Amino acid sequence: MRRLLAVLIAVGMSVVAANEVEVFHWWAGDEGPALQALIEVFEEQYPEITVNDAAVTGGAGVVARAVLRTRMLGGQPPDTFQVHAGDELILTWVVADRMEDLTFLFEEEGWLDVLSPDLIELISTPEGIWSVPVNIHRSNVMWYVPENLEQWGVEVPETWDAFLEICPTLQAEGVTPLSLGEAWTVVHLWESVALAAMGPDQYSQLWTGQLPFDSPAGVEAWELFGEILECTNPDASGLSWQQATDLVVDGEAAFNVMGDWAAGYMYTTLELEPGTGFGWAASPDTEGVFMVLSDSFGLPRGAPNRDNAIAWLRVSGSLEGQDTFNPIKGSIAPRLDSDLDLYNAYLQDAAADFAVDRQVGSLMHGTVGSDPFRDNFFLALDVFYDTGRNAQAAASAAQAVALQFGVGR
Amino acid sequence: MRRFSRDRLTAVLMLLPSLVVLAIFVYGFIGQTAYVSFTDWGRDPAQALAVSPQLNFVGWDNYQRLFTGLLESRFRQDLVNLVFFTVFFIVGSLGLGLALAILLDRGVKGEAFFRTIFLYPFALAFIVTGTVWRWMLQPQGGVNLLPTYLGLPRGEFAWLTSREQVWRFDWNQVPSITAGIVAVVLLWIAWGALRRAQHGQAFGFAIVGLALAAWGLAGGPGVELLPFPERRGFNLALIGVIIAAVWQMSGYTMALYLASLRGIPEELREAARVDGASGFQVYRHVVFPLLGPITLSAMIILGHISLKIFDLIWAMAGPDLATTSVPALLMYLRAFRGNQFADGAAIAMVLLLMVALVIVPYLWSSLRGEVRR
Repeated sequence: MRRLLAVLIAVGMSVVAANEVEVFHWWAGDEGPALQALIEVFEEQYPEITVNDAAVTGGAGVVARAVLRTRMLGGQPPDTFQVHAGDELILTWVVADRMEDLTFLFEEEGWLDVLSPDLIELISTPEGIWSVPVNIHRSNVMWYVPENLEQWGVEVPETWDAFLEICPTLQAEGVTPLSLGEAWTVVHLWESVALAAMGPDQYSQLWTGQLPFDSPAGVEAWELFGEILECTNPDASGLSWQQATDLVVDGEAAFNVMGDWAAGYMYTTLELEPGTGFGWAASPDTEGVFMVLSDSFGLPRGAPNRDNAIAWLRVSGSLEGQDTFNPIKGSIAPRLDSDLDLYNAYLQDAAADFAVDRQVGSLMHGTVGSDPFRDNFFLALDVFYDTGRNAQAAASAAQAVALQFGVGR
Repeated sequence: MRRFSRDRLTAVLMLLPSLVVLAIFVYGFIGQTAYVSFTDWGRDPAQALAVSPQLNFVGWDNYQRLFTGLLESRFRQDLVNLVFFTVFFIVGSLGLGLALAILLDRGVKGEAFFRTIFLYPFALAFIVTGTVWRWMLQPQGGVNLLPTYLGLPRGEFAWLTSREQVWRFDWNQVPSITAGIVAVVLLWIAWGALRRAQHGQAFGFAIVGLALAAWGLAGGPGVELLPFPERRGFNLALIGVIIAAVWQMSGYTMALYLASLRGIPEELREAARVDGASGFQVYRHVVFPLLGPITLSAMIILGHISLKIFDLIWAMAGPDLATTSVPALLMYLRAFRGNQFADGAAIAMVLLLMVALVIVPYLWSSLRGEVRR
């Protein structure tokens, strides 16, 4: 029955569009124009192929990934789909044997020489290389407005201790020291705090299972996290990440920890100048560490237009493709030979850090941690709130989730 | 005779397509979901999204974990949220709908205008209602600013972001509480049977009801869900969601009640007034009893909407706010974000059972009523 349906749909689709490539992704709104630019580059190089722009928006990719799962299980894979490089790719799709090995493409295009080895490791297993990364975002960035800080008489804290010291000063001024948004942004903050409390070595060991979440270092991370939460806005769970950023821009909050798509939002949407309109620093205690997340495109087995999909991947990984896409997207190119003159001041700074910093993976954004682990990690947060911020209880819950679902590779 | 059988044949042929489609797409998939809920689909990542996943039968394990597992506390809170939400949503919609209907029925000027206004929210999608109310219930603005227009201090209630919980109880008491509720229902049925002088039936129901009540009062011996107390209760954050849902559906119950009120013959009311009944007594003894059947129908309709609620909460609070979450949300996240398809299926079956508990007695009684007629 399922096969019959699949055949019927496939026949129907091939009648409609003979030569197309379906690109499945969740970029829309502010992020839409970047992909549009990439599509234009593609259509210049392959005028005979039509791009079917299959965006599924909503819930920061949650809805798109749900739709993707039903399509894959129903035997209807798109030609190529957006997937976070790292464990989200490997532990969901590669272990289930749903992806094609792209090593041949990396060799043909010489990508092995222009991508950083750390990044290639994220998308590889001993059996092959499984996707083409198109951008790099940084998770551990702290945002602020320089003018406002001057007015309040505070410096950008380099450590969380320094932050906790200025926290009462800011609160006395009626300013929220650290703005926070809905649940996922809380996990986003947690990963930066955990990195700060544990350091890059121990933080990385969490995701290989070498260090349990309820180890003393793990519990310390939750304790620090609890102290930091005291300095956040009480209405956090009702705000989107943009609204949390707005609090900083509007001078109602001093700092915000968010990935560097916030720079894209402030630069493109709010039209603020990097450096003067908004400032940035590595989130406290994480200077010299780059918490990386990367979107990539993969080639599912059974893609209806396999050749066209490979053409799309070639363009996605090309210098022209990446240097067109990323300045608009507000991310840096994974390619180390990208032309930095095309990028704004923030992105040039990020690229410089990316080249020299130690790299670790982001939990919230799929670089480390399996999908079931991430889905259930929210339980640890709930336990933390329910127990009146009991660090030991939250750490134990996180470890229980890790035992039940497995953490990473 | 020949004609009769040809007639029958035509009827069967006409019904066949919809029967087949129904059998496959409704009951077939219910069956498949039930089957999946007894497997381990999702526990092994290599099998979760494989082309043809290997499923192993694990019996009641998924259900057992949902109700007693350490890691499934969110499911239990979701279930509690759902029960509170359903009760307040039904009571609120019925109460407000009835009040509006009575006001309109008393011949207000511009009745058609108000009727349309009250009915409009029902025409909206829950996702729209949710988005609008999310903005209105922002702690910094919206509803909380209303008092300032009257010169009062602004509201401080945190609406959707509140983490306060009231009416807390231990999850381990749930079997006793359930037994108590069932016992009350059984005793009520027994009382009804007694009044109809069906002594045998009354005796049977009373015995079972009393036994359950005794078991419940004894603290439900023989069942231990969790080795530790787990406090569950009514999250105040749900109040905002309930207001939005009631706002949307009370217009609909108003329409139902209004139609029903218009169906009550004026002679009945007049007769009551002639007998000396006051305005209130007319409602109490004549109108309300006649609204019984429509109230039951409205309860069933609202009840199954409430048990399946998903989009409203998704729009108002997002997927990961545990204080306002319900099992339907968790089912979606478990299956389609966490790849735990068997867990998702088990939650779906629990929801199906709950909806069946609401619908089946209703269908049964209404079908029986039709046959009698």
